[in-house]
Amino acid sequence: MILVNGKEVGYEDGMTVKRLLEKLNYTFPMIIVRVNGKLVSKEEWETFVIPPDAKVQALHQIAGG
Amino acid sequence: MTISVEDVRTSRKVLAEMDYTPAKIDKGYAGQSLYVNLSEARIEPKTVTQEMKDIFTGGKGFGLRYLWQAVTPDTKWNDPENEIVISAGPIGGITQYPGSGKSLVVTLSPTTGSVIDSNVGGYFGPYLKFSGWDALELQGKSDKDVVLYIDGDKGKVTLEEIELETGASHLISEVLTEAFAESEEDKQHISVVSTGSGADNTLIGMLNFSWYDPRRQVVRMKQAGRGGIGTVFRDKKLKALVVRFSGLTGKNNNPADFGKIQRAGVKIHREINKFDDVQCRMRQVGTANLMTVMNDYDLLPVMNFKYGSHPEGKKISTEVFISKFTQNVYDGCWYGCSMSCCKAVDGFELKTGPFKGEKVVVDGPEYENAAALGSNWGIFDPDFIIEANFYCDTYGIDTISTGTMVAFIMECYEKGILNKEITGGLELNFGNKEAAMELLHQLGQGKGFGKIAGLAIRRMKKVFAEEYGADSNFLQDIGMEAKGLEYSEYLSKESLAQQGGFGLANKGPQHDEAWLIFMDMVNNQIPTFEDKAEALHYFPMFRTWFGLQGLCKLPWNDIEPEGNKQLEEANKVPEHVQNYVDIYNGVTGKNIDKEELIRQSERVYNFQRVFNLRLGFGRREHDRVPYRSQGPVTAEEYESRQERYDGQLKELGFDIEGMSTEDKMKVMRKHREDMYEKLIDAVYLRRGWTNDGVPKLETLKALGIDFPEVVDVVKKHL
Repeated sequence: MILVNGKEVGYEDGMTVKRLLEKLNYTFPMIIVRVNGKLVSKEEWETFVIPPDAKVQALHQIAGG
Repeated sequence: MTISVEDVRTSRKVLAEMDYTPAKIDKGYAGQSLYVNLSEARIEPKTVTQEMKDIFTGGKGFGLRYLWQAVTPDTKWNDPENEIVISAGPIGGITQYPGSGKSLVVTLSPTTGSVIDSNVGGYFGPYLKFSGWDALELQGKSDKDVVLYIDGDKGKVTLEEIELETGASHLISEVLTEAFAESEEDKQHISVVSTGSGADNTLIGMLNFSWYDPRRQVVRMKQAGRGGIGTVFRDKKLKALVVRFSGLTGKNNNPADFGKIQRAGVKIHREINKFDDVQCRMRQVGTANLMTVMNDYDLLPVMNFKYGSHPEGKKISTEVFISKFTQNVYDGCWYGCSMSCCKAVDGFELKTGPFKGEKVVVDGPEYENAAALGSNWGIFDPDFIIEANFYCDTYGIDTISTGTMVAFIMECYEKGILNKEITGGLELNFGNKEAAMELLHQLGQGKGFGKIAGLAIRRMKKVFAEEYGADSNFLQDIGMEAKGLEYSEYLSKESLAQQGGFGLANKGPQHDEAWLIFMDMVNNQIPTFEDKAEALHYFPMFRTWFGLQGLCKLPWNDIEPEGNKQLEEANKVPEHVQNYVDIYNGVTGKNIDKEELIRQSERVYNFQRVFNLRLGFGRREHDRVPYRSQGPVTAEEYESRQERYDGQLKELGFDIEGMSTEDKMKVMRKHREDMYEKLIDAVYLRRGWTNDGVPKLETLKALGIDFPEVVDVVKKHL
């Protein structure tokens, strides 16, 4: 289990940031991802493996409307 | 519905006129406003006092102040005392910073009975100011259709009778632009405000503000949509307003520090150029960039806000609208706007209605229109949406209210509250394109069931209950209006903060005060009531400021500077807030900071709340919302997201084993309604209001708006 924006999400072995965002259907183009407080750049999403029990922030930079 | 330029030119008959020397603009202000009494055919200038500038700033602030002085607590929308006030604000008309050509329109609304304001592009506001007028006040009622013409070049205002035998706003704008222009080149110096036959026939009439697009060689229009301003316009027998001003330069505002404005402008133009293609793609698709996002995140209103997404949503996705909009052409609604987001569909052939077979330019659809006229009706056809958008505009009816109220009608039809006998044969099921388009034409032309639909949701609920025996509680739950205004197009069920953003908005549930769905629902950045209340203080105040200045909100956060994401308060876009402080100081020569920026808004925001009180609204009971905006009203809604809702109930500690859907809905409703009340408590506290939503005397005093007439209103409610 990991925490994403404070909410529990099921963990998968070897789960990358890209996979997590796909799983949550987070398709918005402007998302800031931090894993255990560390910023993960968009270029790293495909390869960065989220550790078990991680705290992830996936902050959507949208204040639209 | 044809009309010739020659007819217009030869039919002009002047009823009243005034010659004047256009004031030289000083640091963003002309120092004068133009007052027109239509009952008496009287035109006169008014001096803009220092108090007006210091307390009410401009734009919406000026509109509210003038309207307050014009009306009494008993004034109704269709009384002659009611005014329409249009003002651009001190920054309005600069050409160095994107989104700086807005007009703010204020009046008493036919649907809410209280104050409504609308923020609109097009060239009218800046041209009005540069013609020497900070605001235009329109009071009284004419006994015949009239056009007001302000010639800022010649220093002349005329009230005229002109034969305009058409109810099509796009034709009125076109023909008046051509008739008043002295040459082809002069068309760019004309802006027309008009509406269409829908404003005569419904309570949701809107105003189109035009400009001439020299690249396409057509007149374009942007809309002051909300709250029935166009209906008031036609009730006054106004057919159109025309302004002409040909002396545009980058310095018409005579700013105190031009360099300061220029530096801020250069920075943001670079950002747009560099980042827009990888951020919101405003230059390609405008606000319709939200279509895919909203569907993906279960926020797109589907079938009267029952659901937030639909498998067919992909048929009206962002990419689909990119393919419909003309690309690689400048689409700013004011000079210098590099955001260029007022996209258009060129050469669109209409399939229905009075212009069937004609090829037209359609302004939009923007996100709201696409959601309102598409998914919310269960229709996922982009060409249908484009056609409906065109007809709403030319009939002069608000796309958002049209969308939300027809969605309500469709649900009533499906529930058996309405039937073919009542609707005159229209089978108004969700997804029925032919019936929906026919109803739109009926609205615009004042025919058939359109006459009932045009009353808007609040009045329709009463008719349906009293005449067709509908359950008024159910209608209250599914009729997506608050304060008498139809909801704009976002699903707020899963975001308590956005429920407040809609419910607490001064004019009714429009998203221009607060749009907190992602901060709240997805990012979970404002988890406590206090966090939400702080957001529901800061963002409505910050966004109110655009309306004081003549600015568009979009360049604030639909483009983000490099490094913004590293900042703690990234959602505020701090670098752009500083840009706004700089351009305000650059224009006016003042020296405000970001805190004073918020105070400017607080003065006007609280004044508007007191204005609502003065008119018999503005208390806690008026901030209540329909339950459809808070949670699932029907079993089908609950069961469509059962896993989510069951999970939420378990988290709250409910033992849901063996509970029926109805029982689960009941406990969920109790919980959600309680949460909303607690949210209101927190927001009122943060805003310095009583538990009944009344601004406290100390709040008014701290803001410097404790005028005797304001205090008198408030004291009655303390």
